Amino acid sequence: MTSKTRIPIQLQINGHRHELEVEPRVTLLDALRDHLDLTGTKKGCDQGQCGACTVHVDGERVLACLTLAVQAEGRAVTTIEGLAEADGTLHAVQAAFLEQDAFQCGYCTPGQIMSAVACIREGHAGSDDEIREYMAGNLCRCGAYPHIVAAVRQAALEVAS
Amino acid sequence: MRDFSYLRASSVDAARQASALPGAMLLAGGTTLIDLAKCGVAEPDTLVDITHLKGLDAITVDDRGATIGALAKMSGIADHADIKSRYPAVSEALWQAASAQIRNMATIGGNLMQRTRCPYFRDGENFPACNKRRPGSGCSAIGGVTRGHAVLGTSEACIATYPGDLAVALVAFDAMVHLGDRQVAVDDFFLLPGAAPEREHAIQPGEVITAISIPGSTAARRSTYLKVRDRQSYEFAAASAAVGIEFEADGRTIRDLRVALGGVATKPWRARGVEAALKGKVLDADAVKRASLLAVEGAVDHGANHYKIELAPRVVARAILKLGETA
Repeated sequence: MTSKTRIPIQLQINGHRHELEVEPRVTLLDALRDHLDLTGTKKGCDQGQCGACTVHVDGERVLACLTLAVQAEGRAVTTIEGLAEADGTLHAVQAAFLEQDAFQCGYCTPGQIMSAVACIREGHAGSDDEIREYMAGNLCRCGAYPHIVAAVRQAALEVAS
Repeated sequence: MRDFSYLRASSVDAARQASALPGAMLLAGGTTLIDLAKCGVAEPDTLVDITHLKGLDAITVDDRGATIGALAKMSGIADHADIKSRYPAVSEALWQAASAQIRNMATIGGNLMQRTRCPYFRDGENFPACNKRRPGSGCSAIGGVTRGHAVLGTSEACIATYPGDLAVALVAFDAMVHLGDRQVAVDDFFLLPGAAPEREHAIQPGEVITAISIPGSTAARRSTYLKVRDRQSYEFAAASAAVGIEFEADGRTIRDLRVALGGVATKPWRARGVEAALKGKVLDADAVKRASLLAVEGAVDHGANHYKIELAPRVVARAILKLGETA
């Protein structure tokens, strides 16, 4: 497979199959936002430094801005839109962010939540220090960090029980 | 980001052939390459994607050593039980590097190919002169803001710091890079800038990193990676040290010592002077502090990075003494 012009790819996103044509340079982030109207995933720095674009690929948190869309072919992608249940019931981490008021402007929040879900699943939410270390890839310009740590701690306990 | 062709390699041999063509670059985790393509620093005509190749991500560890497939992810290696127990410095260097997301993407082969974070290298629009980016164009860092720049291994052409953590631990424990038919010591894989800073690695067009191997040793078993930085997490080293130690049966006399530095040199920096000064000696705080000064022998500062010359020996000494406490 070699191409410089648009190439057809299939992406598996939140359990649904999507067919699209993209230039090879299109990132997964731009494919989600500009080609599939899944705008929950945010573009912050677009350089792999802020974590706003965090999604899961095959269950692991990664940065959509440094992943080419074509590289995600054959992998299962989960975005913030795919986290709640079909009936709208929020994921435990989403609910905890609401209860702990873990945001101000909200721009980094989808990335924070996707990162937190993985952080808990990896077993890296055992203490506040560990949460801070393993959530360090998600920046919050509003400085809501204390509430974010509280939300991750609360959700980790709920997921464990 | 300039457009490029995309080729998904079907085998290692196919990747070798495709990447030998002019303008072709190998693509693994993408955390360096896609970033630099966005900055306009990397301008590939073709990306040869190797992430779909099977069987290149295995981690095997026994008494003789560890072999880590080139596509193993930083996160997986950091969390591997045998790496943690037999090479703690390697695991610690990995989980203190980057962020959880980047560690899930970045491969160990790509990690060795990581480029410098020198801001002048990354910003060609505002700083056209960079001998690494445009050979012969000059160095914007010399005479510029140098707080993060190297004090060891520099040249008149380049003072860019090698930014990584993992390779610092790898050079301390004599790891090898596997390039298919041949193997190169990690220490030799990284090149000093000299007059040709654009050439950073002893890898030829058409060569593919297939694995890294690390010999087993008692010093690797009792090892640590100490990283000092401006922020507690998700930050490059101001100075770091990978240290491993083995004592004689008396538990006090140093039989083997490995020391390598990060964040202060143009490549992962093995500090053999410190090792030689302390081997055969009884562990003693004053002796360790004196010997650690040898870590920065020959260091040259460029003003704002002078602090690294004081900081690096302290980091080395603290790491050695920390390992001594566990005796």
